Amino acid sequence: MNDLVLFLQLAVQLGTPLLFATLGGILNDKVGNLNLGIEGMMMVGACAGFGVAYHTSSPLLSIVTAGVASLLLSLLYALVTVTFKGNQTVTGFAITILGTGIANFSGESLSGLTLSPSFIRIMGIQIIPVLINIPILGTVLFSQSYLFHLSLWLAFGLYFYLKKTNYGLIMRMVGENPAAADTSGINTTSYKYIHIALGGLLCGLGGAFLSLVFVPRWQDNIVAGMGWIAVALVIFSTWNPIKAIFGSYLFGLLRALSIKYQNISFRIGNNDISITSQIIDMLPYLLTIVILVLTTLSKKRENQAPAWLGKSYFREDR
Amino acid sequence: MKRILIIVMVTLLMVSLMACAPVEKPETSNTSNTESGDTKTDSNDKKTVSGLKAFTKDELKVGFIYSSPIGSEGYIYVHNLGRLALEEMGIKTLYLENIPETSECEKAARDLIQQGCNVIYAVSFGHMEYIANVADEYPDVYFNHCTGYITKNNMSTYMGKIYQAQYLAGIAAGMRTATGKIGFVTTFPIPECVRQVNAYTLGARSVNPTATVEVKWTSSWYDPATEKTAATELLNGGCDVIAAYCDTMNPQMAAAERGAWATGGTSPGGEAVVPNAFLTSAIFDYATFYKQDIQEIMDGTWSSTGGFKWRGLDEHVVKLEGISKNCAPGTKEAVDAAEKGIIDGSLDIWKGELKDNTGVVKVKSGETLTDEQLLALDWFVEGVIGKVG
Repeated sequence: MNDLVLFLQLAVQLGTPLLFATLGGILNDKVGNLNLGIEGMMMVGACAGFGVAYHTSSPLLSIVTAGVASLLLSLLYALVTVTFKGNQTVTGFAITILGTGIANFSGESLSGLTLSPSFIRIMGIQIIPVLINIPILGTVLFSQSYLFHLSLWLAFGLYFYLKKTNYGLIMRMVGENPAAADTSGINTTSYKYIHIALGGLLCGLGGAFLSLVFVPRWQDNIVAGMGWIAVALVIFSTWNPIKAIFGSYLFGLLRALSIKYQNISFRIGNNDISITSQIIDMLPYLLTIVILVLTTLSKKRENQAPAWLGKSYFREDR
Repeated sequence: MKRILIIVMVTLLMVSLMACAPVEKPETSNTSNTESGDTKTDSNDKKTVSGLKAFTKDELKVGFIYSSPIGSEGYIYVHNLGRLALEEMGIKTLYLENIPETSECEKAARDLIQQGCNVIYAVSFGHMEYIANVADEYPDVYFNHCTGYITKNNMSTYMGKIYQAQYLAGIAAGMRTATGKIGFVTTFPIPECVRQVNAYTLGARSVNPTATVEVKWTSSWYDPATEKTAATELLNGGCDVIAAYCDTMNPQMAAAERGAWATGGTSPGGEAVVPNAFLTSAIFDYATFYKQDIQEIMDGTWSSTGGFKWRGLDEHVVKLEGISKNCAPGTKEAVDAAEKGIIDGSLDIWKGELKDNTGVVKVKSGETLTDEQLLALDWFVEGVIGKVG
């Protein structure tokens, strides 16, 4: 039983950076800008956060810096896609490569450094007294870092924002039909800029989780592809922050599973079947494709991608 | 305003493109011209064993190809320490890091040669066939490939016999473990890693006959988060000593966080990273090897026909880095005795009878494993929990 609890705890930890990045991706996508630059933003956030953490040992400052660094990168993305109306897919890739390069380059001097013990204690696992006694879920949910709780609050907050507030409604409208939004007097450009920036900030927090809590060191390519899993997760969760929570932890679970059971073998009849870890690693992407097909078939309006996703809005064509 | 911004950005892009064009002129033209194309017998140099020119210290330019970033620890870092040792001797060196194990490696090798390198060291297994291709094109350049098996007249293979040191580290682990479960995080199920796990297990079981070693594969030479996760899984499963053969010290750090012990890190300085968990470390000392090899090149005795340059404890290319205070009492004596035995040949860790971990006898009593069999090792000894592949 203890084994299961520790395993789930690890799975949740692996899912937290994915959750941050997915929430950022959802924010971006809902205003109509396909964000493929999540990996680059996570890298920049991880590097900036670690750099500040090493020099100041201040948790708050390092998290804020991580967010600001990736916010700046996402502003660059916004500049190219919203103002210059550049192709969003290509720009996203460019931002990924740029972000990864900047982070690896700046991080060379940070390689091998360790954070102060007090910092690691604050950012590490915090045990919440009474709730931890709940069997299984207690350890899994209430023996985690503060950033984990932040991610959950952010997810609920984002859901509330999108579904229940006026700004959320307007923002969704900008993503569905910017022409209609523009006609009603909404400044689509500023809505896009703000939400792309906020989305970038969230991705940076995801990267910061890796370099400040999970590992916690700076290493070249510390994100190692998690940004791309987040891109798939945004689709998997049908742009819904609550589903993103479940999706992230599911993907985190699959990742932990592939490491725990590197080779699941069993017999069917006379045949030895063995499922290697590579197959389990494939599952997240496979599941995403399945969900994509299902949502397209279901045609339920709320599960569809924002109608204007990926398309640049040309005011002149209105 | 927008137009100005666009012009500025495009100019920036163009400038950045120009910033990465190579500038150096190739230097190899000098050496071949003055010798009038004859590299076998020169007026100043003696006839060399391999037929290639014996360069002097000033003529040497050594190029290194790394598969991962150098970082601050790990396999690539320790090769880089070797490169720095050559620089201290006054030899010019160049390096390229993050070269993947694909045809990009050929491009990297040619790049280095065009910048004047006359000796190339490629340190990762996956670079093998690409280096072999380039070796055919440049018969006057010394090529050396670490951990591989393709040799040519101008291409040799080398490696440190790290498994000897891992045997010693295994002794320390076996004496220290309280639960009897040891965890080993490593990369791919290739003979290099299988050998180490086996040697480690044999060492641990030589002092603790019921100890087990559970193996986790990370499928990458460098993947920080996966290495940490794999170690955490092993710790969750009850292991209290973690060993690793990969490029970061994350597995050892995971052990330290849990209050468990750890060995390893293939580069020196492991104790400083995890002082409370550190037992000992089986490290490479490639500086020693590179100095030996460069000396051979300068003397003209370098040759690839002697087979795999597999140098171990006796030639100080691998070492056990210190027995820390965390080790069980008596560890130092046991390790020293074993080390002496390996060096003078009285202790052969692979001698029979050895069974694999499914119970099949692989080495009969009275026999032992030859070097060829070791280089192709694909089964785990008794006591290892895990599968090759």
